[in-house]
Amino acid sequence: MAKKVQHWYDYLWLWPIIYFVLGFFNILFAWLGMIDFMVPVLLALFGGNKLFCNRYCGRGLLLAKLGGEWKWSRNRATQEFLVAKWFRFGFLCFFMAMFGNMLWQTYLVAAQAQSLREVVTLLWMFKLPWAWAYTAGSSSAWVAQYAFGFYSVMLTSMLLGLVVMALFKPRTWCTFCPMGTMTQMICKMKK
Amino acid sequence: MKRFASVNEDRCVSCGACTQVCQRQAISIYKGCFARVDRERCVGCGICAKTCPAGSIRVATDG
Repeated sequence: MAKKVQHWYDYLWLWPIIYFVLGFFNILFAWLGMIDFMVPVLLALFGGNKLFCNRYCGRGLLLAKLGGEWKWSRNRATQEFLVAKWFRFGFLCFFMAMFGNMLWQTYLVAAQAQSLREVVTLLWMFKLPWAWAYTAGSSSAWVAQYAFGFYSVMLTSMLLGLVVMALFKPRTWCTFCPMGTMTQMICKMKK
Repeated sequence: MKRFASVNEDRCVSCGACTQVCQRQAISIYKGCFARVDRERCVGCGICAKTCPAGSIRVATDG
């Protein structure tokens, strides 16, 4: 059987690694994560497809590589509730609420009602000091606040993805990934 | 008796994990909604069913 042709996008599993390394040294790189938010929605809205999930999602490719190729996954059936619609949409709502809160914090800093907090919040609870990644004055405070918030969202969801990858199938994260749920919803509405 | 992959469309999250492992390009995501199997190409090897994180694919037989 012919081996599949390799495409440039087969190497996109490198993207999340590059992203987290860049953000470790300079938090402003966290803004690049906007690509992962905008592209899937634009493809769903204008293309009526999930090409992002299907082909370009670096996280999905990384989880498939670690869990599949490297066998870091137990490869057991995903827990039933993680696939259930109530959980998928519930998680999307929760994620959106947390995202909204992040925007609110950014607004407060922009309005000078609150000072910049140089921390990365893991799992919406644990505050990790991250001050080395930002030089005061190198950007507006709100730009940095948004970057810290966005990096927190990306790191938290990556961590959740890795945990469910280890416990269940490599791409179990995809069953309740908020972006995936949202884009599938858009595609179904468009069809 | 022919074996082939059968998709539970309501359960499918259309992540495309199946499309990436299929050696025969017999499965694709239909308009971002669910996976669809090309019965002509599918040989029912079951690799997609093993990969599917949502447990929405099973190998069926006809005849």
